[in-house]
Amino acid sequence: MDFPPLAWQGVVVLVVFGVSLLIATYSTYAERVIAAFLQDRVGPDRAGPFGLLQPLADAVKLFTKEEFFPAGANRALFVFGPCLAMITALMSSAVIPFGNVLQFGETAIHLQGIEINVGMLYVFGMVSLGVYGIMIGGWASNNKFSLLGAIRAASQNISYEIAMGLALIAVLMMSGSLSLREITFQQASDAPFVWQDIFNWNVMKQPLGFIIFIVCAFAETNRTPFDLPECETELIGGYHTEYSSMKMGLYLFAEYINVFVASAVMSVLYFGGFNFPFQAELRNWLVSAQGLELVTASNIITILGLVGLFAKIFSFIFFFMWVRWTLPRFRYDQLMRLGWTILIPLAIFNILLTGGLITFGIIK
Amino acid sequence: MSSLFLFLSFVALLSALGVVLAKNPVHSVLFLILTFFTLSGHYLLLNAQFLAAVNIIVYAGAIMVLFLFVIMFLNLNEDTEPHKPALAKFAAAIAGGSLLLILVAAMRDIQPEGYNATSFDSQIGMVDKLGLVLFQQYALPFELASILLLAAMVGSVMLGKRETGERNF
Repeated sequence: MDFPPLAWQGVVVLVVFGVSLLIATYSTYAERVIAAFLQDRVGPDRAGPFGLLQPLADAVKLFTKEEFFPAGANRALFVFGPCLAMITALMSSAVIPFGNVLQFGETAIHLQGIEINVGMLYVFGMVSLGVYGIMIGGWASNNKFSLLGAIRAASQNISYEIAMGLALIAVLMMSGSLSLREITFQQASDAPFVWQDIFNWNVMKQPLGFIIFIVCAFAETNRTPFDLPECETELIGGYHTEYSSMKMGLYLFAEYINVFVASAVMSVLYFGGFNFPFQAELRNWLVSAQGLELVTASNIITILGLVGLFAKIFSFIFFFMWVRWTLPRFRYDQLMRLGWTILIPLAIFNILLTGGLITFGIIK
Repeated sequence: MSSLFLFLSFVALLSALGVVLAKNPVHSVLFLILTFFTLSGHYLLLNAQFLAAVNIIVYAGAIMVLFLFVIMFLNLNEDTEPHKPALAKFAAAIAGGSLLLILVAAMRDIQPEGYNATSFDSQIGMVDKLGLVLFQQYALPFELASILLLAAMVGSVMLGKRETGERNF
């Protein structure tokens, strides 16, 4: 069958979509297993071997629950809220470069949904839209606690977006490009020494920026210790108090997809994306010692890079869950103080520092 | 391309009408967000990716969240909406109508140049090109605008500042 090159990109988009959903599904399982591990419990082990079918059981339960509409709710927006949360969460994974090029004869498949010139701004825009799902859902529920949760989510996201954007500017000053693919390529290194490979990752040049970014990522995805929008002790369930069945499921799903995307973005921006140590040597060795063609060797490197990127992503997802079951929740005024009076000045200082180091040629 | 343009324009006009005609202020804000999205779509059609992304981040992502925020807090809805006197409605219609008249009169004489395939630069709307133009050709206006924004920011901080002895929490 003759397949036009654009159609391959369509297949990649569908695969990215499917993988995002699959990872979100198994994040719900991983969350419970990790919680059990950290609290010295057994965790889910009834459905299937090691409880691996637990997400399926949850889905059946959520789908068969009663569709409930609270009295006085704005029905259209009540349904629209979770849909919007899900849509914006899924859209942001489109520009992430999951791998380099796979070359099969004439066709080259880029392991990235779509490459755009302003990829980082695209992710940032989608993240900033994510709060609408929460706000609309919280408001449409016609419940004071939901509304308070929604308002909290909005002010928290706006506050931390600023620090996140400022942390990104420091990365931009070094890369000179907004394209995530370009930023990944700049972190590649041909140095014959493992530490130099890793030293080329942005996290080594931007340690402060990375710390600011990861704190903001926790706040943007509404994860503990910044999960104030759904703070049970004060707000019952926050914005999803009135939600049940699959609408509730969509909200939870969107949160896990956001965690996945945030992990992917951090891996790409700061941890070298699909680059891994010794990739150039491995390719040379495959060509010279094993007698493979350069194209085949490059494909093998691409697949290993894909696996490497997912290893980085999974360790970040594990980190998100580890923090959730370790740290208690912040108080609301502490959250705002941290965002406005600590993270933003630190991020501005980081920009000045980066500018100075670039001017004196210490980093590039 | 042309059908995409027509579709975007149709949605833009429809949602802009929705902003004005919706009874519920929250619906109005949501229609306005949709209008911004269609405008971003137009920017993309004009090959201005940076402008499209920034339009979504700044207008749809930040400013409209604040709009929604205030409207939700004030809990405005159809029941509490005050009835405006007929004179105010009349004055608003006249003012809006004359603005439309001026805009149409100003646009009437524009001769669309069309594009010249030889001199057209496809990179014109890209972020690096835009940055060069902003910081070389328009450096002074750009800096002046940033000072204006800074002044506005300082002013809002002053307005929102806590009075002595006042406690918010």
